[in-house]
Amino acid sequence: MGSSSLRVPLGIMSAPSTTPRSAVANSVWPRLEPLLPQVAKPIQYVGGELGAVAKDWDTAAVRWALMYPDAYEVGLPNQGVQILYEVLNEQPDVLAERTYAVWPDLERLMRAHQVPQFTIDAHRPVRDFDVFGVSFATELGYTNLLTAIDLAGIPLLAADRGDADPVVVAGGHAAFNPEPIAAFVDAAVLGDGEEAVLEITTIVREWKAEGSPGGRDELLLRLARTESVYVPRFYDVDYLPDGRIQRVVPNRPDVPFRVHKRTTMDLDAWPYPKKPLVPLAETVHERYAVEIFRGCTRGCRFCQAGMITRPVRERSITTVGQMVREGLEFSGFHEVGLLSLSSADHSEIGDMCSGLAQQYEGTNVSLSLPSTRVDAFNIDLAQELARNGRRTGLTFAPEGGSERIRKVINKMVSKEDLIRTVVTAYTNGWRQVKLYFMCGLPTETDEDVLEIAAMAHEVIRAGRAATGSRDIRCTVSIGGFVPKPHTPFQWAAMARPEVIDNRLRLLKQAVNADRSLGRAIGFRYHDGEPSLIEGLLSRGDRRVGAVIRRVWENGGRFDGWSEHFSYQRWVEAAAEVLPDFGVDLDWYTTRERDELEVLPWDHLDSGLDKDWLWQDWQDALGEYEQDDCRWTPCFDCGVCPAMDTEIQIGPTGRKLLPLTPVNGLRVPSDAQQ
Amino acid sequence: MAYSQGFTPHPKISYASAAPTGVASEAEYLEIGLRESVDPAALRAALDAALSPGLDVLDAVVATDGSLVDRIEAAHWRIELPEVDPDVLRAAVAAFTAADEVFVERMTKQGRRTFDARAAVIDINVIMSDETPSEAVAVPCAILELVVRQVTPAVRPDDVLSGLRVVADLEPPVSPRVTRLAQGTLTAQGAIADPLDAGRDGAVIGGR
Repeated sequence: MGSSSLRVPLGIMSAPSTTPRSAVANSVWPRLEPLLPQVAKPIQYVGGELGAVAKDWDTAAVRWALMYPDAYEVGLPNQGVQILYEVLNEQPDVLAERTYAVWPDLERLMRAHQVPQFTIDAHRPVRDFDVFGVSFATELGYTNLLTAIDLAGIPLLAADRGDADPVVVAGGHAAFNPEPIAAFVDAAVLGDGEEAVLEITTIVREWKAEGSPGGRDELLLRLARTESVYVPRFYDVDYLPDGRIQRVVPNRPDVPFRVHKRTTMDLDAWPYPKKPLVPLAETVHERYAVEIFRGCTRGCRFCQAGMITRPVRERSITTVGQMVREGLEFSGFHEVGLLSLSSADHSEIGDMCSGLAQQYEGTNVSLSLPSTRVDAFNIDLAQELARNGRRTGLTFAPEGGSERIRKVINKMVSKEDLIRTVVTAYTNGWRQVKLYFMCGLPTETDEDVLEIAAMAHEVIRAGRAATGSRDIRCTVSIGGFVPKPHTPFQWAAMARPEVIDNRLRLLKQAVNADRSLGRAIGFRYHDGEPSLIEGLLSRGDRRVGAVIRRVWENGGRFDGWSEHFSYQRWVEAAAEVLPDFGVDLDWYTTRERDELEVLPWDHLDSGLDKDWLWQDWQDALGEYEQDDCRWTPCFDCGVCPAMDTEIQIGPTGRKLLPLTPVNGLRVPSDAQQ
Repeated sequence: MAYSQGFTPHPKISYASAAPTGVASEAEYLEIGLRESVDPAALRAALDAALSPGLDVLDAVVATDGSLVDRIEAAHWRIELPEVDPDVLRAAVAAFTAADEVFVERMTKQGRRTFDARAAVIDINVIMSDETPSEAVAVPCAILELVVRQVTPAVRPDDVLSGLRVVADLEPPVSPRVTRLAQGTLTAQGAIADPLDAGRDGAVIGGR
């Protein structure tokens, strides 16, 4: 499979075909098809991938349109959407179809020819569905949400929607602070989606079966009463004269004061995706991905994912083995990713890697393990996975340049450890390693960042000495820090883009100050400007919704793409809209919050105790580190007692058995046609 | 599937004269390399099951001597031109046929190229629209059928349409709908023979 499938001619693009698409009553295909030859990469709008599901519209009691608000090439591999798509479609009376952001070339044509936002499965108008679920991995998809809602013919503002409009539900990590898009969504779900979508489905199914009593308002109320679906319209936000939030309170008696996140326990009971989607157009990841655990308690203070997905819940080695076998058999992928927030930390990762490596030795299957752990164990695992002859890249993430800043962010690794680890990689045959850092961290100075150069020089010097070769390289990759809700850094001030850009310039000079060493060091970084806007959106409140709307009206689309992102457009929109509220862009981004300030997401419960978060923030400022509760006693972050959950880890003591080689042809058991 | 050697092995697939993007086709051919011998009928069924609706694998035969590319000498195309008067099209085709050379331009990977679109066209006819009803089309629709020899650079249906614009100012008001009906070896009579025939040894393999 892979990129070779790209060159399959688009025989289905127009005119008659030997197997015409089955007639779908509400399909927009006849109107969409003539537009496709006029746009770039039309195959991304065609659908019908292996793994796609076609279901009957009329017999479905509840119909979901699921969206990842980015282009097909980014959205299709999204694990969350694939899981929910499969979980929902396994229900006999539920239909789920997918929709992705359309590029501006098709958007223009769709507007000119009155073609609405459509699903790529059966090309049905999104407005015809009961629920429109949108998964946000990043806040930079917000403008694409507005495009999709507007193209769908759904009123932009939730308040203007009627009973004929779908319920627009946001999910994903960004939904832990949905306040900036509160005006545009009807509801938001925090946390794991597998059970949440089924619970929402049950509520919608019952409400429809009863004849939709009380209309849209009643449905939203029933969702809100679960205490795990946030319905922004049922909450009022009051502001203080200085612009800060005074309080967020329910505006009707029967909704909860706080809305809690969902946690799916026992990942072995939810082994999805079972039938991964195999893309028709080239996508960013073409592999079978298995989550080997969820949650992370390493406690990196900048990491929102690590904070909001607690506790750690492992998938067992045997379930992972079975998912890999069945997923590969179904899809024909030849790459497997063993995903999690820190994959080397799985209690049986050693046996898992050696077992899988043994099972797939001599085949075309390659295994990869994203891990940022800076220690020799990581290299052992990578070597195990390289048995098939393909070495995957090695990335280490010290995140901070100086020992001091690493204490601030709670990334416990010493310079000596890092150099020893990287040198071990070189002596084991890796010619290139990647080092990942952040810039703009709280309390950071120019000196902290300049130590990255010293570290990179030392890595190359030691690597040359150990290998006796000059043929070794390292790439220093730098991301901009963005403070996120529900983390100890939620109170932190962001550094200005000028400060970030200047530090990066100084760092580049320092790296190249020694020409011999500098030649062996690659330097990749992001400008400070997009990070500032991401910071506005991640910690924004409802007033930021007006900025998003203005940017979108002025043409903002695909803000996650540097060629589409316009910093100027965001700055201008903020300057036009925010002064009416007595605040500005700096107020949201470069301002440090104090302990008593009501944060826009305080009524949304990630399980983390706010007092603990504040204490951890104080510990950060005091450069005091925090252990991992997987291996040390509980440090009272609050999640387990608040959510009635617990850490689920092995070891199970089981091993992966050798596979019987499968020869000959394999026919996808359940493929369509 | 067999894979190429090297650091990043690729599946062994080669396409013989793939249709351009946005064009329908009833006749695409490709060669794939396999690790072991399999029954072509079973292979056809397995590939068909894994592909999207509308991408149908119709037939498979074991490759014999010579590459598939050598057996693709010409292609038969149908071009539907909605909202074009058949008489106007007939006049344009007559002008095209009368010319010895018709130079057209197209952007290729090597940049803008100018080449002759006339010589490769073996046959070009306007056919009566009621002969080939494809889908319900409410507006008048002129239909063109072409047989084009495989040359380098390839002369594609849109190049022939460019040629009609050059010789007769024909500008279709809406996007033409193009379908490849057949491709293969060119017989002495100017007909197109199935390129898989050589692999069949007289027996039909794979249910057609």
